[in-house]
Amino acid sequence: MTSYIIRRVGQFVLVFFAATFLIFSMVFAIPGDPIRALAGEKPMPDSLRQTLVQRYHLDEPYIVQYWYYVTGVLQGDLGESFNQRPVLDIIKERFPRTLRLAIYAFIIEMVIGVTAGVWAGIRKDKFLDSLVKVSTVAVISIPIFVLGFMAQLFIGVRLGWLPVTAGNPPSLYGYLLPAIVLAAVSLAYVARLTRSSVVENLRSDYVRTAKAKGLSRRRVIGVHTFRNSLIPVITFLAIDLGALMGGAIITETIFNVPGIGQALYQSVLGQEGAVVVGIVTLLVIIYAVANLVVDVMYAVLDPRIRYD
Amino acid sequence: MTKVTPLDTAVDPHSADTGVLLDVRDLEVEFRMRSGTVKAANRVSYQVDKGETLAIVGESGSGKTVSAQAIMGIIDSPPGFVTGGEILFRGKDLLKMEEKERRQIRGDRISMIFQDALTALNPVFTVGWQISEMFQKHRGMSKSEGYKRAIELMNLVKIPSAAERVNAYPHEFSGGMRQRVMIAMAIALDPDVLIADEPTTALDVTVQAQIMGLLADLQQQTGMGLILITHDLGVVAEVADKVSVMYAAEIVETADIRELYRHPYHPYTEGLMRSLVRPDHKGGRLSPIKGSPPDLLHIPSGCPFHPRCDYVQDVCRTDDPPLREILEGRTSACHFAEVFSND
Repeated sequence: MTSYIIRRVGQFVLVFFAATFLIFSMVFAIPGDPIRALAGEKPMPDSLRQTLVQRYHLDEPYIVQYWYYVTGVLQGDLGESFNQRPVLDIIKERFPRTLRLAIYAFIIEMVIGVTAGVWAGIRKDKFLDSLVKVSTVAVISIPIFVLGFMAQLFIGVRLGWLPVTAGNPPSLYGYLLPAIVLAAVSLAYVARLTRSSVVENLRSDYVRTAKAKGLSRRRVIGVHTFRNSLIPVITFLAIDLGALMGGAIITETIFNVPGIGQALYQSVLGQEGAVVVGIVTLLVIIYAVANLVVDVMYAVLDPRIRYD
Repeated sequence: MTKVTPLDTAVDPHSADTGVLLDVRDLEVEFRMRSGTVKAANRVSYQVDKGETLAIVGESGSGKTVSAQAIMGIIDSPPGFVTGGEILFRGKDLLKMEEKERRQIRGDRISMIFQDALTALNPVFTVGWQISEMFQKHRGMSKSEGYKRAIELMNLVKIPSAAERVNAYPHEFSGGMRQRVMIAMAIALDPDVLIADEPTTALDVTVQAQIMGLLADLQQQTGMGLILITHDLGVVAEVADKVSVMYAAEIVETADIRELYRHPYHPYTEGLMRSLVRPDHKGGRLSPIKGSPPDLLHIPSGCPFHPRCDYVQDVCRTDDPPLREILEGRTSACHFAEVFSND
């Protein structure tokens, strides 16, 4: 197990360099002049322009720029935005909000998704099962931005149950609607995955054995079926936690949550290369760590899997 | 100290000894599916007494497993339903019992071993955990006491270094050892009746003999009734006292094992015996029964065996012969049982 983790961390280093290099290249390839974008409509003196170009190494080949950037990152310096704010500061300010949003969404997704899935699974082909199946297909088919605006319109404006935007700084209450919208699609996947997993396991030989042992229905389902059924679900949930943090761009923009997704969106528009690369690097790290955790968790949940 | 009920003085709520231990009478099981209703057990009757081994023989799909699952009460429902008959255990009808009462018998007084121990054991729990569960849930023992008993049982079924292997998972055992674990779990509470559903089919030949030997030993030690479900007449010859032959959801012949081999009273039984691989027939050709077993959705009219029977007459195509007593302790469902057996 230890050697497996060491190997995985080695792969992780590779993923880090490959991902940052790719992102850096893509940002570099965006057409347009970032210095001009900074100045907007106003004219800019040539001397200032020269200083800025030199400070951000914009006159160097992009391989060199990447080198400057990576050495900075390894020293804990993610660079700074054009208005001279360290990218690390932006992340420090914004990331906790995204994290909170992601965790709320994750809790909603896990609790409701797994409950609905188990419920539907043990009542296969009954009314509740059909209800879960139909509603999850509906949610999965609707794009998240449509879902977001609809939630804003109906729950926020017409019914007035929850705030339309998160507010700044966001309140716990304000997080609720964006968290529900962010969770919705994953929740539907979790419910479906849990359902099919439960249905499949209920048919398995070892569940029949558990019944033949004279165990109660509660124990047959709660112990002998549940643990096996959760193996694929937990895998999905762990990867999804990474996706929720990175995938909040649309939701944060719709609900005006001042988190990392919104910052990313704004800096892409402003061609703030350093900020974009900094944030995306963070997301890549989160994603890679989530994957590592999933792989290790597999072995804990399913003793048939051992890494040697 | 938690309350511990020792194995040998286990309280049996149904100790009223009246007649045979397990008496299945005219059992009917149906599977209702979209494609139609299948009768998977049709007027199935058999008895098992203390210390006795009854073999139920038949091809796959003949309904032998379904009747056993009906005794256990583990038929998937829907689609399966027990639609008639009685299953008397110590004189009490299991089918009329409350689920709670029945559950106390299931796994405790009547238990079952399945064909493939790899899939029949839960992959995410250790074998010790799974055996111990029997003691914890049926006898209210503590976990440590349950594990102690699990080790004793693993020794009893001859699993080497049981004390170390108690914490191993099913996939870490060989096929034969896994089936021993399954057996240990089934006999944990010293049941009155053990149903073994093709316990050796998934194993290779040398291991098959070991497992059958183990079951025979355990039966001698405990005096339990054993129902052995198999398609292998060779296995039956070695261990069974009585044989019931099933074909197309019905029992077609029941006999004492020696009588059966000396003299089958049903053409299907005769066909099964002719298709056995025997050392004295070395070099000769096997003579399998022609055709294939019927689809239970489309059971032939009259005697279900008539399309494959060498002795078929007109009456066989129209009238389904009832199971009737030919001699004492021998039944056959063939119109020409007496005539046929005189050949």
